[in-house]
Amino acid sequence: MLKKLVLALALGSVSPLVFTSTFALAQEPKLGGTINAVIQPEPPGLMLALVQNGPTQMVSGNIYEGLLRYNKKLEPQPGLAESWTISPDSKTYTFKLKQGVTWHDGKPFTSADVLFSIETLKVTHARARGNLVQLDKVEAPDDHTVVFTLKQPFGPFIGIFEVGSMPMIPKHIYEGTDIKTNPANNTPIGTGPFMLKEWKKGSFIQLVKNPNYHVQGKPYIDGIYWQVIPDAAARSVAYETGKVDVLPGGSIENFDVPRVSKLPNTCVTGEGWEFFSPLAWMWLNNRNPILANKKVRQAIMYAVDREFAKDVIWNGLGKVATGPSASTIKFYTDDVPKYPYDPAKAKALLKEAGYKGEKIRIMPLPYGETWQRWGEAVKQNLVDVGMNIETIATDVPGSNQRNSEWDFDISFTYLYQYGDPALGVARNYISSQIVKGQLFNNLEGYSNPEVDKLFAEGAVATPDSKRKELYDKVQKILVEDVPVAWLLELQFPTIMNCKVKNLITTGIGVNDGFRDAWIDK
Amino acid sequence: MLSFVSQRIVKGVFVLLAIVVMNFFLIRLAPGDPASVMAGEAGASDPMFVQQLREKFSLDRPLPEQLFTYVKGVVQLDLGYSFRQQMPVSTLIAERLPATLLLTLTAFAISLILGITFGTLAARFAGTWADTAITVSALLFYATPIFWVALMSILLFSVYLGWLPSFGYETVGANYTGWAHVKDVALHLIMPAMTIGLFFMATYTRMTRASMLEVKRLDFVKTARAKGLRNNIIQRRHVLRNALLPVVTLAGVHSGTLVGGAVLTETVFAWPGIGRLLYEALLQRDYNLLLGVFTVCSAMVLIFNLVTDLVYRLVDPRIEFAK
Repeated sequence: MLKKLVLALALGSVSPLVFTSTFALAQEPKLGGTINAVIQPEPPGLMLALVQNGPTQMVSGNIYEGLLRYNKKLEPQPGLAESWTISPDSKTYTFKLKQGVTWHDGKPFTSADVLFSIETLKVTHARARGNLVQLDKVEAPDDHTVVFTLKQPFGPFIGIFEVGSMPMIPKHIYEGTDIKTNPANNTPIGTGPFMLKEWKKGSFIQLVKNPNYHVQGKPYIDGIYWQVIPDAAARSVAYETGKVDVLPGGSIENFDVPRVSKLPNTCVTGEGWEFFSPLAWMWLNNRNPILANKKVRQAIMYAVDREFAKDVIWNGLGKVATGPSASTIKFYTDDVPKYPYDPAKAKALLKEAGYKGEKIRIMPLPYGETWQRWGEAVKQNLVDVGMNIETIATDVPGSNQRNSEWDFDISFTYLYQYGDPALGVARNYISSQIVKGQLFNNLEGYSNPEVDKLFAEGAVATPDSKRKELYDKVQKILVEDVPVAWLLELQFPTIMNCKVKNLITTGIGVNDGFRDAWIDK
Repeated sequence: MLSFVSQRIVKGVFVLLAIVVMNFFLIRLAPGDPASVMAGEAGASDPMFVQQLREKFSLDRPLPEQLFTYVKGVVQLDLGYSFRQQMPVSTLIAERLPATLLLTLTAFAISLILGITFGTLAARFAGTWADTAITVSALLFYATPIFWVALMSILLFSVYLGWLPSFGYETVGANYTGWAHVKDVALHLIMPAMTIGLFFMATYTRMTRASMLEVKRLDFVKTARAKGLRNNIIQRRHVLRNALLPVVTLAGVHSGTLVGGAVLTETVFAWPGIGRLLYEALLQRDYNLLLGVFTVCSAMVLIFNLVTDLVYRLVDPRIEFAK
């Protein structure tokens, strides 16, 4: 018997009358208008299968689409697939594609495009390649059905189909060409609610409404201008003077967020980061003889005042992390050892560990003022408990190089969790991810066979209750071992003019396109 | 004169090649490379992805081979391909050049006109309150960091007074044409051009003042006075003309850097010029783009130095070209 997970109807396939009348009770979306949003840095390209950096995803999430979307609870929602079923052995996923979807050039979107996209992404999209590691084969029995068969059950598989992780690209444009050099990359063709009209490099990217979008009545707005403004203070002013309507999370310096949030007609939301759940921590280089001692690592956890960092440096935004998983992702538990700010305990642990003031280098993340301040605060905390700390100042390429060559003692980072421990958490602690030359993952060099085993079992276990049991166990072990020093679950609020409604409707946030947004004129 | 110019051009080509080679190695001394930056941005840690990028950009080739390929390209006027922007470097530079030239030439004109005028006035009224006011203001503009002036002017003219736009080259989405477009660009230009212009104005003011006071003491000026020439004529024809030589030298040096844009000003005002391109290329270790901008800037410095030498001759006919 097939286990029918979700057979929810796509919004567009619901009778528009029913949908509209229900929604009208709340607030009737208005048609027209243009949203001005900030984009920074300028994307290197908009072809999402080739470029996957944040700004590209933010702009191209309007042009391309994935098979599924995810609500704020990270439950799958219809996208280009209107329904899906999972076989009882959890190895076969069958997707029914929405009928009547066309690419921006008018050609129909079919299962052949899905197959072509999967094969392409395996080569060009590093994260998709990792996500598809358990995929045995993918087939298209007809134009609107796609069947994924896995080598073994893979719990997070249903969570890998959002637009940034698996964008659908048009076979009829790229087949038989070198995708990396195809001139069509400059005029991306997707199925999304908006189409590229103009890109004036260094100034703006203009997207206009797709009149043939497959969700009837959407998008509501006529277009989007993504404005490229390189300086954070200038971005604040652009918002303050009404030149831009939307500041996506992280657009302005964190210390400016409270001021800008209080401007008239300003709405702020922390929603839309549920899928990414950015978690900040410090890699503690376990290869360093001092940091190899668990007591020293635990002492660091007690020494760092994370509440202070949250309240002062991050202006009260975010949440103190309890361990390797953010509280917003699946299988999180707070039933783990706790590390409150306790300098006395930190000093005692350092003494027990035999620490004698050996120099430890700390490398803050070179992502602007907030991170520099955080680095200074942590240094002060560690100096206060008697540690000899030297700060390394560098820029992004320099920091990448040091991290990938393991040339650090303590290094700040924050990484996305992608909704499931098998996708975004395990990679940071399992031995197979200790690879020199990698820019992140297990850079600390922590290796624990039991942790490896639990994460490996957790990824393929069924049902979810079994997965939870395994992940609860591994979280406890990790928090006891402190391979890295967890800091905060970060929050990057999206700031917008209150006239912009319904901007963030999924757990992917502004990266999921503005198809539901409308302007209250 | 022709042989002087041709000799300088030949020498210039060799100097330029030496600069290209030096820059090539200097840039690579900085830690990190474009592949690691791009992989980091993409959230892709997988070494295969980084290796793919290195292969794509030929960064996996031996350094001498990369240098040879690059220099060969430069000789053929091919500045290579920007790793990050995914476009030919020459196209990128050509796209950004008009905005940069508009900004820097306006700033240059403002600084020269105001600088020479104020310098002349300060020298003319040396020792008076007017001189003190001009000298102190010049010192102030010279000593204040450009980014601070930029931010404060945004605060005053955009946020508080609402007179001028705070960023960009034009009003995005307005689609102005004709005079409306010219006016729109001019409004966007005022603050960045004044920010750079006031800094250089201060230099020219002080240089003109000092030079004029020195020339004023010379015998030929006394002779002119003894002949009974009017003071205005003496100042304009005899003092200013002779006092301008060091200003021309300085302007020559500055004009060579015009193409490089103004990194800080373009960044703060989101002006889509070459300075900003350079800043972003540096942060992203976009080697080819960095080298391309450096090469074009170096070429411009060489060309403007030659032009300066030629202008000397016009300003002061006593100067002859070396045979």
